[in-house]
Amino acid sequence: MFAADRSSLSEIFIIFQCYSMANDLGPGSLNFGVTVRTRTEVTMTQDELIWRIAGGSGDGIDSTSQNFTKALMRYGLHVITHRHYPSRIRGGHTYVEVRAGAEPVKSRGDGFNFLLALGDSFARNPQEKAVYGDEEVKPLTENLDELNEGGVIIYDTGVLEPEEFPDLEARAEENDWHLYPIDLRSIAREYGRDVMRNTAGVGATAALLDMPLGPIEELMSEAMSGDILEANLKVLEDAHEMVLEMDHTHDLEIPQNEHDEDQVLISGSHAIAYAAIDEGCRFVSGYPMTPWTDVFTILSQELENMGGVAEQVEDEIAAATMAIGASHAGVKALSGSSGGGFSLMSEPLGMAEMTETPVVLVEAMRAGPSTGLPTKTEQADLEHVLYTSQGDSNRVVFAPANAEEAYEQTRRAFRLAYEYQLPAIVLYDDKMTGEYRNLPKSFFDREPNPDPGSVVTEADLEDLPHDAGGRYERFQTDIEGSVSPRSLPGQRGGRFLATGNEHWPDGQISEDPTNRVLQMDRRVGKLDAIRADLDEEDSFNTHLGDADADFGVLTWGSQQGTVEEAIDRLADRGVAVKALGVSEMMPMRMDEVREFIESVDQVLIVEMNATAQFKGLLQKEFGAYAEKLSSLLKYNGNPFEPAEIVEAIEIEMDGGEAEPTAQTTLRRAAGD
Amino acid sequence: MSAFNAIKSGDDVDRDDYTPAVEPQPTWCPGCGDFAVLKALKGAMADIGKDPEETLLVTGIGCSGKMSSYFDSYGFHAIHGRTLPLARAAKMANHDLEVVAAGGDGDGYGIGGNHFMHTARENHDMTYIVFNNEVFGLTKGQSSPTSPKGHKSKTQMKGVAKDPVRPLSLALSAGASYIARTAAVNPNQAQEIVAEAIEHDGFAHVDFLTQCPTWNKDARQYVPYIDVQDSEDYDFDVTDRREAAEMMHQTEQELYEGTVLTGRYYVDENRRTYQEEKQMREEMPESPVAERYFDDSVEWERSYDLLDRHM
Repeated sequence: MFAADRSSLSEIFIIFQCYSMANDLGPGSLNFGVTVRTRTEVTMTQDELIWRIAGGSGDGIDSTSQNFTKALMRYGLHVITHRHYPSRIRGGHTYVEVRAGAEPVKSRGDGFNFLLALGDSFARNPQEKAVYGDEEVKPLTENLDELNEGGVIIYDTGVLEPEEFPDLEARAEENDWHLYPIDLRSIAREYGRDVMRNTAGVGATAALLDMPLGPIEELMSEAMSGDILEANLKVLEDAHEMVLEMDHTHDLEIPQNEHDEDQVLISGSHAIAYAAIDEGCRFVSGYPMTPWTDVFTILSQELENMGGVAEQVEDEIAAATMAIGASHAGVKALSGSSGGGFSLMSEPLGMAEMTETPVVLVEAMRAGPSTGLPTKTEQADLEHVLYTSQGDSNRVVFAPANAEEAYEQTRRAFRLAYEYQLPAIVLYDDKMTGEYRNLPKSFFDREPNPDPGSVVTEADLEDLPHDAGGRYERFQTDIEGSVSPRSLPGQRGGRFLATGNEHWPDGQISEDPTNRVLQMDRRVGKLDAIRADLDEEDSFNTHLGDADADFGVLTWGSQQGTVEEAIDRLADRGVAVKALGVSEMMPMRMDEVREFIESVDQVLIVEMNATAQFKGLLQKEFGAYAEKLSSLLKYNGNPFEPAEIVEAIEIEMDGGEAEPTAQTTLRRAAGD
Repeated sequence: MSAFNAIKSGDDVDRDDYTPAVEPQPTWCPGCGDFAVLKALKGAMADIGKDPEETLLVTGIGCSGKMSSYFDSYGFHAIHGRTLPLARAAKMANHDLEVVAAGGDGDGYGIGGNHFMHTARENHDMTYIVFNNEVFGLTKGQSSPTSPKGHKSKTQMKGVAKDPVRPLSLALSAGASYIARTAAVNPNQAQEIVAEAIEHDGFAHVDFLTQCPTWNKDARQYVPYIDVQDSEDYDFDVTDRREAAEMMHQTEQELYEGTVLTGRYYVDENRRTYQEEKQMREEMPESPVAERYFDDSVEWERSYDLLDRHM
């Protein structure tokens, strides 16, 4: 079915039906436990590998997948990962998916084509009627529905006994799956410990893909040493050799490519943390919360070696307040959390706005409300981040789409926060924390920018206005560009009062109406100054697809790559669609977004939440276009797959009568 | 050359240097105990010889929070209950600053109780003065965390059913290394104690009894007071945790029975400050982090040099 010549293959697309089984207990299925089949049309090529390693939490899924992903990158491929994990430390179905190809990869694929099912060795209750179901087998059974036709399955018969899956062979035949039951546990036990099943699985994978062991062995040697390394190498080689001798019935091979420069494997969280380092951030304070913990951990480990300070503190109120305190005293600072912890930061956030103290906050979204789905993704904190805290808000919010954007936008967030003396927030989500992708190493070859922004020196202070008692007028109202430069405690001639109350130019509390209006106008005016500043810079918003298309997709944050993949696929079928991925949420580039909406007949707004928050924001600004704007929403805890967006665009283009088959929601434009 | 030349300036100061020339007159009610805290702080600062511009006074919300308006130094009038995280972070950013935090009993023992416990535990080299008037003043007289059991107010018509917070005992178990109580009616002792607290290397907690003549009319004016160090009736060792704990317990109890005990309750000169602990672990640089931004000789680290692990 597939020729060996890959260059010709890249043009060939196979369209087939993928049945996704959803154990849907929602209104669609009234019978408890009845399995509902939903159908999504899937398009995919066989010139890429989408490898999924599935096991229980504690089976080493994360580390194994990261090393294998690195090996694929070193092998010359472009890679992206998608992480799916439960809110548990031991046991519970978890998987990581790696998509690798010769061309740059923009998003996760539809389904996958290679399953390494380890089984859950920490399963609590291997009984079907248990609350969590039979956990031991989930790493195999729960992944089959998304496995594409022609896919390869390795499963560890040491944990997953074939007789437990009487239907597997029949399903495999129906879907042209290729089964490789292998006792990985025995191989692991022979040389080391049970947990090395994951290494055996990687060896078996390499054998089936015709992938050399070199890059994998190299990485293992870098990560381990001594007996552990020896044992793992033996397990790897033994499994590899054993599987090479098996009959291979599949035709999936590893794609071929070479990178023309050094690559690094980076997650969105690394990109944010590294941008902070390069902007001279030397203070981080936080409280652990998934998935914000990633950025917090990276910065905690690095800043102390860079002359900085990292503090894990009692709660997120303290965390944000401390970043403000450090910044007030002259150190560039960052704090952050996920939705729940960010709620506690509302109060200090408003204080930073009122006292005009620069600070950068990170908000790593996960599915809410309340504790929600702690380890699953969503984009439902947009309104929270834009408006939380009493009074008129006065902040910058960027929502990067991927690791490169996360780096660029975090750097600009620091520059704007410190130049304009306000909070700048980087809003991203769980999808991006677990999304590792390759970037050229040279991307990070930049100059640091430790400039503390609009801060005076003691020499400056001699010529700046002071009140009759000698206090520096740090909050001057009649100042060009709205920014009144700040002094730092310890500077001679700079003393002033910072206060959350309204205040006179020297900081003293004031309820004078005229002064109030002057100070408010100046503070709020900083957003206009930032707009003007940003007009001089390249937009962080991303235009994709056919500029002449009549159909447009608007999205924000992490869904941009998936939208790009969807419209590329439609373009390959001759369907013209364009898209705008918005990152600059506040202030928003009104003209750019307006021009985009005006340039098309229909706009589909794609976002991961239930109440269409981004659409609401756009309608607040562009109410006149309500009849053009429809919404595609997803809030089941998983990010969009490209096929779901393709399907929705096609329904919309077709008059919008049909319902999507996937677990997505399509909301028609008003007035239709 | 430092970018912060007010620090360790060595300039002579007297208490008037801390009085702002504009709006020097506090707006507190006549007879308010808060005047005494301001006076003690000005006097203590002058005694020690701290430059107003090397001092950061962080205050909370309430009558007490306004002290930063009447004290002429760098000031941060923060939000309710959040003085301590703000103050301790400023100290970590520039450890050469003299940092004093101050707020009311609601601020410190109520809404900011969690921060009180953790800041004490970390033993930052700073001073925390709590204006304890046993009532919420600025919101017009509601019962506060230190109001005596049975205290009646508009929100506690039948009298408070809770036991009051024990501020000294709380500070001790949380880890403060200097703990004292003084009273507005005892200005000499107050100034001495505040000076000692500022000079102490570590987290110094001063529970400052400040009578509220407006909302706590029926309460004692904290007279007569007894200095436990001066009185022959009390004998305990302030460096002995057990004896201190017992004395604190007695002091907290007797306040509600009509005897006002004040003085030093616990002093631990041996405990390392948080800064020392962090520096020992190489988690904090020897010179203030804030100086780095003004030092042209600093070679700023780049993330590019961290990339080996990603290859």
